Amino acid sequence: MPFFDAIGLALRTIRAQKLKSAFTLLGVCIGVMFLISVVSIVEGMGRYMEEDLIGKLIAVNTFELRHRPNITIGDVDESTWEEYRKRPRLDITDVAPATSTLPADTRWYLYSEDMVMATSSTSGKPRQVRGIAVQGDFFDIKKMGVTRGRLLSAQELDRGEKSVVIGPDAADRLFPGLDPIGRELKMGGVPYRVVGLAETQGKAMGMSFDNFVVASFRSPARRLLNSRPNIVDAVVIQSPTVPAMTENMELVRAAMRAQRQLRPAQKDNFSLQTADSALEFWNKIKGYLVLGGVALPAIGLVVGAIVIMNIMLVAVAERTREIGIRKALGATRRDILLQFLIEASTLGTIGSAIGVGLGIGLAQLIAAVSPLPASVAPWSIVVGIALGAGVGIISGVYPASRASRLDPIAALRQE
Amino acid sequence: MSALGDIGLSTTGERLAVTATNGATPTKDWVIVTRQLKREYDMGGEIVRALRGVDLAIRRNEYVAIMGPSGSGKSTLMNLIGCLDTPNEGEYWLSGQLVSEMSDDQLARVRNREIGFVFQTFNLLPRASALQNVELPLVYAGVSADERKKRASEALQRVQLGERMHHRPNELSGGQRQRVAIARALVNRPSILLADEPTGNLDSTTSEEIMKVFEELAQQGQTVVMVTHEPDIAAHARRVVVLRDGVIASDETREQFIERVGLTHAAH
Repeated sequence: MPFFDAIGLALRTIRAQKLKSAFTLLGVCIGVMFLISVVSIVEGMGRYMEEDLIGKLIAVNTFELRHRPNITIGDVDESTWEEYRKRPRLDITDVAPATSTLPADTRWYLYSEDMVMATSSTSGKPRQVRGIAVQGDFFDIKKMGVTRGRLLSAQELDRGEKSVVIGPDAADRLFPGLDPIGRELKMGGVPYRVVGLAETQGKAMGMSFDNFVVASFRSPARRLLNSRPNIVDAVVIQSPTVPAMTENMELVRAAMRAQRQLRPAQKDNFSLQTADSALEFWNKIKGYLVLGGVALPAIGLVVGAIVIMNIMLVAVAERTREIGIRKALGATRRDILLQFLIEASTLGTIGSAIGVGLGIGLAQLIAAVSPLPASVAPWSIVVGIALGAGVGIISGVYPASRASRLDPIAALRQE
Repeated sequence: MSALGDIGLSTTGERLAVTATNGATPTKDWVIVTRQLKREYDMGGEIVRALRGVDLAIRRNEYVAIMGPSGSGKSTLMNLIGCLDTPNEGEYWLSGQLVSEMSDDQLARVRNREIGFVFQTFNLLPRASALQNVELPLVYAGVSADERKKRASEALQRVQLGERMHHRPNELSGGQRQRVAIARALVNRPSILLADEPTGNLDSTTSEEIMKVFEELAQQGQTVVMVTHEPDIAAHARRVVVLRDGVIASDETREQFIERVGLTHAAH
């Protein structure tokens, strides 16, 4: 039987039994739907991570000097953690030696940060904000500007004056409906004057980056951020080019090893972290997410396959007489095999096509009602439909081969 | 040998068969030639010998009825002639091809080209229209869609069902269904029209109507082989072969058969 006739026959048979076909489609449909939506969300998060979040957290051509990585790649074992714990914290006295050998075109800043309670005369109760104490080229490297007021000047930073730049969310919490410029807020009982309202830094996964207060590292604010006031969370170093960044990392490493008086055999007791290592971390997570996102719908597809196989076995039993008639009229084994295989794979393909549509819809819906981003990956559509067809073929093989082996005489006798 | 068998030995049909089966390779002139056809079934350890050596030869354009009571082996013989089954022993030549040695798929192709089946229960596909049913053998013959439609509607017109080709079987009467089945059997221009109790599910008026169609086809030169257990239906054929206990008991002309069986009304 020609291939197109076989497809036409399959479509007619499926149409003739709409309800049964719909139930048969369900398993594959749901499996593919979840596959598409999970992959879309993972893909969406990935795009977001790569294009947005990491770019926001870590500026171009920068690396961070920290006592240990703050973004750890999944497989940090117990002994590594132990080693991290034993490392000395980065101290303010480490910063000058570490940065002293850097070329003049290199910019850097140091910072410590933590959630702190802030109050103002208009806020009523204390509000939680992210307190950031900085020194150096913070605003340049962060590309942070102000919508009102001004940034902290170099003098203010150096002298540790009690002036702050606050984010839009912090402004809303502390000075609702008011112009924050020139007003006073208190952190740890110390008053600070707001000199600038920063531009929005955006959001990620429902988290705002705008609830912050930036103060000088030399102001009393740093006492609120770490157990000892001289601890520095990190030094962020920005180089003009990627090769310069690599060279500068080695300069900082050498300077830090000298500062820490490490012998050649000893390992670094500090970390140098780049945006790449953060991306690497993300890619690892993404790998697990995709694996999970594929494994769960795979169960749906297996169930779908079993349903299709079951329905096809029933169909073969119900249509034994039809098979007998077709064989009597000259259908070969291959014809019958093809008929049932095409029927099963057509069912699988239709089911997965519907599942792709529903999956895209579900991903968009999740993206709309939750902070998770979604981005439909074209490959997932192709894979989804191919999977559906494959599931159909695989689950059709056994029933189809049974149908093709039926003895025409016995089949014709069937009532 | 029974008395009927003795009579059978002296008939024209048997002599024809002997001539054919003793000759060299059966020629195209003989549509069906069987030599010592044997078929046994294993029914749970018990061997049932359904056919014990059948020599039968049917010439092109013959109209033959195969008769016999149930258990005589006539269904087995029909299945073998129809290439739905293969013998344990013996040879079966159909249109000069040795069918008894063929594989399943070769048999399927022979059925498609050489045999037009008409069944007692019509065996139409219930979800397909009359036209689609008639198209089926052409689908498996690999005929193009346009050509199929043309030939199938011609075949339906030949059995006076041109007006009803888009009806489904359940929208047709028994006689109409059987005519659809006849159209389907003829659409691929088979060597033989093989009918199995074609009037078994029809009332006597409709049966006569179907027998008339067979008579016309036979007059047009179509080879017809009809299996039946009803003597008055068998009497429509020009030659009647009677099976008993897996062997041919008699092989007579219609006139001889009617006279011997003593049918009161001659059929036409």
